[in-house]
Amino acid sequence: MTLSEGYEAVIGLEIHVQLSTRTKMFCGCELSFGEQPNVHTCPVCLAHPGVLPVINEQAVRYALQIALALESEVAPRSIFHRKNYFYPDNPKGYQISQYDIPLARGGQLGDVRIHRVHLEEDAAKLTHVGESGRIHGSATSLVDFNRGGTPLVEIVTEPDLGDPAQAREWAQLLRTTVKQLGVSDVNMEEGSLRCDANVSVRRAGAEELGTKTELKNMNSFRFLERGIAAELERQGAVLEAGGQVEQETFHFDPRTGSLTPLRSKEYAHDYRYFPEPDLVPLAPTEEMLRAASETLPELPAERRERYQAELGLPEVTARQLAFDAELGDYFERALEASRKSAAAEGSAPERPTTIANWVTGELVGRLREAHRSGDAAEPGEVDPASSKVSPEALAALVGMVQSKRVTTGAARQVLAVLVADGGDPAEIVEREGLAQMSDTGELDAIVERAIDAEPGAAEKVRAGNSKAMGPIVGAVMRETKGRADGGEVTRLIREKLGAE
Amino acid sequence: MSSDVLELSVAEALRRIEAGDLAADDYFDAYAKRAAADELGAYLWRAEPGSVAGAKGALRGAPIAVKDIFCTEGIETTAGSRILKGYRPPYTATAVRRLADAGARLLGKTNMDEFAMGSSNENSGYGPVLNPWDRERVPGGSSGGSAAAVAGRLAPWAIGTDTGGSIRQPASLCGIVGLKPTYGAVSRYGMIAFASSLDQCGPLTRDVTDAALLLRAAEGRDPCDSTSVGIEGGVELPSRESLEGLRFGVPRELSAEAEGIEAGVSEVFERTLGVIRELGGEVDECALPHAAHGLSAYYVLAPAEASANLARYDGVRFGPRADANGDLIEMYERTRAEGFGAEVKRRIMLGTYALSSGYYEAYYGRAQRVRSKIADDFRAAFERFDYLVTPTSPTVAFRLGERTADPLTMYMSDFCTVPMSLAGIPAISIPAGLAEPDGGGPELPVGFQIAAPAFDESGLLDAAHALERAIDFDTRPPG
Amino acid sequence: MIDREQVLHVARLARLELTDEEVERMSGELTTILDHVERMNELDLDGVEPTSHVVALENVLRADEPRPSWPREQVLEPAPDPAEGAFRVPSPQA
Ligand SMILES: [Mg+2]
Ligand SMILES: [Zn+2]
Repeated sequence: MTLSEGYEAVIGLEIHVQLSTRTKMFCGCELSFGEQPNVHTCPVCLAHPGVLPVINEQAVRYALQIALALESEVAPRSIFHRKNYFYPDNPKGYQISQYDIPLARGGQLGDVRIHRVHLEEDAAKLTHVGESGRIHGSATSLVDFNRGGTPLVEIVTEPDLGDPAQAREWAQLLRTTVKQLGVSDVNMEEGSLRCDANVSVRRAGAEELGTKTELKNMNSFRFLERGIAAELERQGAVLEAGGQVEQETFHFDPRTGSLTPLRSKEYAHDYRYFPEPDLVPLAPTEEMLRAASETLPELPAERRERYQAELGLPEVTARQLAFDAELGDYFERALEASRKSAAAEGSAPERPTTIANWVTGELVGRLREAHRSGDAAEPGEVDPASSKVSPEALAALVGMVQSKRVTTGAARQVLAVLVADGGDPAEIVEREGLAQMSDTGELDAIVERAIDAEPGAAEKVRAGNSKAMGPIVGAVMRETKGRADGGEVTRLIREKLGAE
Repeated sequence: MSSDVLELSVAEALRRIEAGDLAADDYFDAYAKRAAADELGAYLWRAEPGSVAGAKGALRGAPIAVKDIFCTEGIETTAGSRILKGYRPPYTATAVRRLADAGARLLGKTNMDEFAMGSSNENSGYGPVLNPWDRERVPGGSSGGSAAAVAGRLAPWAIGTDTGGSIRQPASLCGIVGLKPTYGAVSRYGMIAFASSLDQCGPLTRDVTDAALLLRAAEGRDPCDSTSVGIEGGVELPSRESLEGLRFGVPRELSAEAEGIEAGVSEVFERTLGVIRELGGEVDECALPHAAHGLSAYYVLAPAEASANLARYDGVRFGPRADANGDLIEMYERTRAEGFGAEVKRRIMLGTYALSSGYYEAYYGRAQRVRSKIADDFRAAFERFDYLVTPTSPTVAFRLGERTADPLTMYMSDFCTVPMSLAGIPAISIPAGLAEPDGGGPELPVGFQIAAPAFDESGLLDAAHALERAIDFDTRPPG
Repeated sequence: MIDREQVLHVARLARLELTDEEVERMSGELTTILDHVERMNELDLDGVEPTSHVVALENVLRADEPRPSWPREQVLEPAPDPAEGAFRVPSPQA
């Protein structure tokens, strides 16, 4: 914890979700990512004279789905406002957004209350190009309107988060929830999910909130956590020194991990909101609401409950799988594969917990290693579905362990091969000679050789220190390439050395 | 033949074309040649004579003048502003396209007050327009070019836009018919926005039948304009000759009690009430208790919307850009300072102020509530009356330069037309007679305004037609 | 009364450069106009709903169907300073 005792953090999040509709919020231009600049534009999204916006029906449907998933109360009638400010990425000179009557208010996700959910349009992309040479000594920027007008849902939470890790975990839950809805790619690095934080510090137990600052541009969950932690530390130091926190906006620099205050633009805060006269109110009908709720898939909270109640997973594992959409989906596919092959062979399927442990433990660990990321994983960063390990292969491998065809150690080796090259576990076991040793005579001889090779250790074990057995077990495993069953090896050593 | 042709109503010309007595191309050329000799400053762009298109559709190739506020693909469209000099839109406004689909041919783009802000056409970035009745006087505005062109026989008819009176007031000052339809009757797509909740496209014509003919072709729901609905059942051509059974209310706040109505205007107005009675109509006084506050509400709401609508003229994507030593804010501020005229700047300032932090409720919020009260007043009045009548403009055409130094006096020109705009209801101005201005001068046209409940355009045109027949005004300017 | 300072503040919000003379004139004109506008204050408007739209429409929506975008040459043709397929502007970060 970065705050000194006696202080507490109050954190709220403002999240922008780019909807994955086919077209923009107010015109028929297709959404795109990573294309040549200004190839998906038209007079409407370039704000030429005389054009008018028309609301995308699908964007409304998606926004309603998000609102319902967050248990937010949909307004019987909401209106759009113009938010006025000049900026090159804002072609009309105003953003069409919602203001005092948003699409939905209230709600809850996990432990955090939702303040509001509203629809708006995204800004264009501005690239700073530095000195151009054309105008001596002056920097320029390039505007690309492809992104301009992309439908956005803005979600604002109540300030219910108490520390950076909780903020991160909750943001990941929100991501998973929206991902499950299938209404957005929710990719933080590509900007389809953007997370700003409002951070303040107050004396523990105080009613009144401290002055909050706004953090922007934290384009990963890791950075969200780090950015908030850094800001809490800064505010704590200011307060400790008897100073006052000023209302400011900070920009997080992912390269340096530092927060820089945005140059306080004069008058930047007078947005002069007023009702958008070019659009009529949104009044979701029973029909629209029913259509939105009927298409709601299983959401993370429900999934976690099901994993615990029906599959008997421990809470931590259930949560880990349910709150990370990619992981949960992969787990379900592996479970399904295991059931199918068990049915085909007439054997009992693996316990869900066993499969779950392999997914969340061995597999995620291996993938993260391959990704060379020491930190906790970003959701989607170690998406097993995009690895070379198919859920069927993992299920088959777990099955082989359960039926003692391979040892756990050998299975880990097989998994390493699967992660690197993919393939069929049975074939790998065959090829690498990893099948569990079933010939007790052979193992017996190997154990004896190992005892002879490690006389020091053998002496200690004989004297009653069974913990000293390690080097002998190691020698056996080396010799058998892990094919020997660990339990059987230990038993044989004890037997031969007369230990307890 | 040509001077004859220029005196025909469009309806009559179409009859002759259909009967084979008039060639559509000759009809078009007669006007194209006349427009080429425009001595009123009415046009900003004109089609070449000899552009043969054939007589298709109900409008059979009839020429039409279009206010320069409507986007026309590939043809310079400036809304009377220097900030759009050289701007060639990539698309055509829905209203213009509908008229073209009905067979009308674009004759020219007409001069106007910059971004439709003005009542005299003196705010154009491209010079003033002269009133064909007296070239020392203004034609009214903001559709001054359209009104002067139609009155001066430079066009058989035209479309304009009306936000607070910009069709009706110039029609009144130029002695022609001008109709502001119900808000939502005609698409606003491609009509350069001034005040989006008030702007409406409508006809300027020499008689009521032509206004009906034009509106019939232009109206309709447009998927590109979320606020458009069209007129249910379309527009019927007027045929009424008597006013038997119709009740006309005279709101005293916009007539007898109104400030600044010239004596000559009052006299023509009273005389016209007499004509209504002669035609069998009932005339009675009524109240619109909040109508006198319409101008106040209007001068908050319209500038507020305009301040946002005009923010897109920023020198980034189109239009001229001022030199600013590589500073973005200076680039914005200079581009806009150089591109906008004095009145536009004034209204942007007014609107920005009214919306700014701490003032919103006092100005914008209040104005929206006054708007509600005015709409309620009209609803109540229409329970007792079929139509409400007022003078269109408090005065006849004033002299060029007479009001330019005093914005508020200029704004008073729209005193009688603004309330209908706020309520979104249709209103027509028809020429009712001639009167001298206060203090003497030549006799000039006086307009008579009739307002109707929302979407009752057919009834409104019918009543106006009966009255027009009885008044029998000669729309030809002297000389 | 709209004084010089207020005029400058509003002009800044509206991104309009005004000459000293314009500031003077604007201050007088806006004051006169707003004095007139403030006659609305005579009215009792308690409990009156504000009107933003005169059309009684709701839920005017369009299907999520792509329409062809505009060729880039045409998009950039009217641009005051096109560069690298984009609109170049003085940097807001400068
Ligand atoms: Mg937002
Ligand atoms: Zn577009």
